[in-house]
Formats: sequence, structure tokens, C-alpha cells
Amino acid sequence: MNRIDKTFETLRQKKEKALVGFITAGDPNISDSFSIIKAMCKSGLDILELGVSFSDPTADGPAIQRSSARALKDGINLRAVLEITGRLRQETSMPIILFSYYNPIYAYGAKAFYKDALAAGADGVLVVDLPPEESDEMTSQWSGNELALIRLIAPTTPLKRMAQIAQSASGFIYLVSKTGVTGSEGLDTEDIKDKIELLRSATRLPICVGFGISTADDVAAIASVADGVVIGSAFERLIEDNLNNPDLASILANKVNEFKKATKIKDSVTL
Amino acid sequence: MRHNKAVNNKYNQDKFPDSKGHFGLYGGRYVGETLMPALLELDEAYNKIVPDPGFQDEFKRLLRNYAGRPTPLFYAKRLSEHLDGAFIYLKREDLLHTGAHKINNTLGQALLARRMGKKKLIAETGAGQHGVATATAAALFGMECRVFMGTEDIQRQSANVQRMKLLGAEVIPVTSGTMTLKDAMNEAMRFWVEAVRDTFYVIGSVAGPHPYPVMVRQFQRVIGNETREQILRRTGGLPAVLIACVGGGSNAMGLFYAFMDDPLEMIGVEAAGKGIETGKHAATLGQGTVGVLHGSKSYLLQDENGQIKEAHSIAPGLDYPGVGPEHSLLKDFKRIQYVAIDDEQALEAFHALCVLEGIIPALESSHAVAWAMIEAKRRPKNEIIVVNLSGRGDKDLGIVSAYNK
Repeated sequence: MNRIDKTFETLRQKKEKALVGFITAGDPNISDSFSIIKAMCKSGLDILELGVSFSDPTADGPAIQRSSARALKDGINLRAVLEITGRLRQETSMPIILFSYYNPIYAYGAKAFYKDALAAGADGVLVVDLPPEESDEMTSQWSGNELALIRLIAPTTPLKRMAQIAQSASGFIYLVSKTGVTGSEGLDTEDIKDKIELLRSATRLPICVGFGISTADDVAAIASVADGVVIGSAFERLIEDNLNNPDLASILANKVNEFKKATKIKDSVTL
Repeated sequence: MRHNKAVNNKYNQDKFPDSKGHFGLYGGRYVGETLMPALLELDEAYNKIVPDPGFQDEFKRLLRNYAGRPTPLFYAKRLSEHLDGAFIYLKREDLLHTGAHKINNTLGQALLARRMGKKKLIAETGAGQHGVATATAAALFGMECRVFMGTEDIQRQSANVQRMKLLGAEVIPVTSGTMTLKDAMNEAMRFWVEAVRDTFYVIGSVAGPHPYPVMVRQFQRVIGNETREQILRRTGGLPAVLIACVGGGSNAMGLFYAFMDDPLEMIGVEAAGKGIETGKHAATLGQGTVGVLHGSKSYLLQDENGQIKEAHSIAPGLDYPGVGPEHSLLKDFKRIQYVAIDDEQALEAFHALCVLEGIIPALESSHAVAWAMIEAKRRPKNEIIVVNLSGRGDKDLGIVSAYNK
């Protein structure tokens, strides 16, 4: 069983939901980034989404835009992200998902990317701006199917399309909580609950919800209906507010810990 | 000799794009899932509504009675005589309402938006001409309009900012990145992801995800259709060469498309900025590599890691590190030749057209004029060059006077 499936299986047994943490690799700089992510991994994160920075992140709000800019300024690129992935793999058996725009992968070469990502110990990839209509050109160059292709389902996705997307997805489904960029406000838990119910009719994959989840209360609310909760901007804002704080790694670790507690719900809907 | 070389590369326009918007390797729809259903809906609406005779009638009526079509094809006699070479004709898109070819497209898209029941328009703008043209269409149809514009461009194209505000549009300053057209487009796309359910995104060039490159080409092809008819009627023959500036490439595609099967050369003029060798330019087709930006695959100015590079041009409308996907394919086909003109050459052409013809051209169009001046001198005197004078230069007086200081 691969690391992603195993993680959800273990969580199911422990009656917990997955805490999925997005963090921009190389933020606030490449050397500190590794220790911050390592500390987060050891503090309760279940799945790591490692962000590959792109100069023009059109799906991201200000917090992740600025985190990408900081990482790029320190010279981050896909090759360096894969190096960080490899070093993290020495430390943890947690699933690592590479979260990228398509252009850095296209520039790297889809074939080399598949090989190098697997060798580094990555478990999956989510390419924000590569819808199913365009993704053959990437996956057709892959020499196998060991890398999970995480798919996005949006609030605007009709049911029929949900089913089509779910068919080509693996690992888990990333349900976008609302229209808008990452980190936007206005989480509507009732609406998300309806969407999840609909989505469950189209897939048996675990469903993780992301975009605009920023507090432990949000996490608890989403965890009661989904299989996992994705946090991104909230972590990046914390980095930004503590750029010169020597305790940055432990601040992030504490936040992970706080969120993780909120995913342990006794009477949650069982998977 | 060059003539024959170009003719051999027949570009079969009926083959491109395919149903998913691919121009060979280029084009496509590289957007987040939130936008995909909107693009599919737009594609369906575009294919159903635009060919409808009722739509076409209304569109043509607006182009004639509101925008001021057909635009004249003007023989630039003094400029041609001054150069002592081929005849230069100017397609006067600068005479259109709002001062540039952009209005052709915004009227088409706003009309489509209205038929789709969308009452809010958004647009990105660099030089401000597309912003003004979108604000104008919005006012005409009683729609809400928001225009995203980089603060660098807001500063250097302030007259257009005032015009947009007078027309009732909200101009949203974009402070991210290079604060120019690329970042305005990033921000417009971010806004659209949020407001996609009730907002129509009016893209200003033959760029962006499918169906925009096809749709904008369709609304702009009137330029070439008119020009072809006008030049045949006036001279009894076809020109030897067509010249247009290329930022995203809408005015070039608009002029060239009607001539695709004709035995003539086409030249797209990109911005060489401060000089290709300085790296401060916007010569995407000349210097770029293939990648994905703003929803489609095309040539881009980028580094080896796929990070987009800063573009530079004195002409804000050319100051963009990408280009429309069909231009990328036409470059590979060698059907269109792409060249570059630097800031200074463009300014020289700007002044030449002012004093020799009494026409103040936009700095973007001045790039095309500058190449035509080079081309005219090396061609026989019986050949005809048609230049797309895509816009007027009233907006550029600040840049020009600052440069001369």
C-alpha cells in the first residue's frame, strides 16, 4: 500500500481526519525552510504539500504570492524543491505531495520530473493549472503510475464533470471550498457539506477540503464532514509575521499541533 | 527570393485550433478547475451565439455606426517619397472610436456577454487602450466594468486612466510583480476566479485560454477583410508585405488573417526595448522559449526554471513576456516573420509620421511603422507595404516628452 492510502487507512482506524499542510518550499529562505518543514512534520501533520514557487501564481492570494516571491528571491526552483523533498524523506514517512503550477514542470520536462520526484520520495503531484483536458501531455511522458495525480474539484464543477475528474484522480480529491484564490475569506461549512455529499456519489477517494481555512474552529468544522483539511495561507501568514523570529520553526510546529487536535473528533462522520 | 520562401509555408487555417483550442503544440486551456466550467460555457456560447445572423447584424451595425468602420486605407505619400522605396499604405485603425483597434473586440465580447446574461465586465490593460475600449462597451450596454492596470502603466498612461474613470469604470491598480500588463492579467484572473459566476472577462488580445485566441481573432479579422478589399480596389493587386506590431498580437492577427492564403509576406514587429542584447526587451517570439502562462501554451520570456522574466518596452501595450498561441505556431510554420524594433527606432518612426503625414501614432504602432521604413528602402518602388496603424498616440505624449528630456 502506498504512503497516501496507508495514511488515510491509519487515520480511519484512529478516528482522525488528515491535517494536510501546504508550505512553500524555500520560504522564508531555502536553508530555514527545511528546518521549519521538518518541525511541522514532527508536530502532527499527516500529509505535506510542498509548494513549488512560480513567478505568476494566478490561483493564489497575497499570502502565498508573497511566500513564493520570498522563496524565488532566495533562488528556489523545482530542482531545489526535489532536493528538499529528498532530505525530508530521510526524516519522515509522511506522504509528500508536490504542489505546482505547470510551467516549472514543463520547463523541467515531465519525463525527468516523474523520475526525479519518485526518486526523491514524493508521493503525488497537484498541478493547479493543469485540468484533465490538458494533463495527458504530462502523464503520457511518465514511465509509470506510482506518482498520485491529485485532482481539484471546484465549487463551480458540475456533477457530471466531478465524476469525470474523479475517474482520472488518485490519492485523494482536493475540494476547493469556495470560488476565489487561496487564503480568501468566507468559509461556508453548510455549502461544503452539501458539496462533499454530492462528491461522495462520484468517488470513493478520500476528500480533503482547502482554501480559506485558517483557524482551529474552521479545521474542526471541516474535519467533521471531510476526510482531510488543507491549510496553506494561514501557515504562510505566520511565517511572514515572524520573519526575523529565531523561534519561527517552533511557532509553526505549535500551530500544526493546535490544528491537529481539531481534526480528532469523537463523533465525526466515519469514512 | 524572400517572397517565395514565405509562400511555400502554407498555413491551413481550417485545421487550427482543434476542439480543445490547440494550435498545434500551442494554445489550450491551462487554468484552475474553478475557471474550467466557465471556459467551457464560454466556448459553447461563443460557438452558438457569434455565428448567429442576428448577432452578426448587431455587431456589424455597431462597428459601422458606433466605432466608425470601415477605417480608411491611406497612402502615406510623403513618407514613401521620403524613403524613396516601396509604397507605404496605412490601415487607419487609429481613427476608430476610442483610438485603437481594441474597440472591435470589446464590442464583440460585450455583445456576447450581454447575450449570455452577464452584466459585469472585467479587463486587464497595459497601454490602457483595451481598458478604455472595455469601459466604453460597458457604458454603451449599461454594464459594470472593472479594469486591472499595473501602477507603472497607470503612471505612464494617465490620460487613459482618466478616460476609463469618466466612462464609469473602476480602475484597480496592480502593485504586484513588474506592475505592468503581465501583472494586470494575473490580477484580473485572480478576480475572475472569485467572481466567475456573474462576471465576463474581456481579454484584450489573441492570448489567454481557449476560446479567447479564436474569439479575439474573429472579432478583429474585420481589419484584414476591409484592407484586402480596399487594396484590391485601389491598386488592382495585393501588397507585397503586411506589417503589424505584436505584443499579444491581436492587431497583427486581425490584419493578417484575411491574407493567410495569399502570396505575400507578413511581418510581426516585436519590441526590442533597450536592445535585445541588454535583455530589456519584449521580443517573445524572437527570443523566447515555449511555456505556459495566463492559460495557454506559447513562446514566453522565461528562465531555464520556467520563471517568467520581466519584459521591457517604451510601448506599454507591447510590454508583455508572452504572445498569442497562434503566433507561436505561425512562427514555427515560418508563415509570419517576426522581427524587433527598439525604443529609439520606434520614437524616430513616431516623429517621422507626425511631421511627414500629420498623424500621431501610438508608440505600439510606431514599431510597425519603424519596420516599414526599413522595409520600404530595400524594396523595389513598385511594391506595396501595408502597415496596421493600430492606434493613435495621444496617450503617449507624456512618455515621448519625458524621453526627449
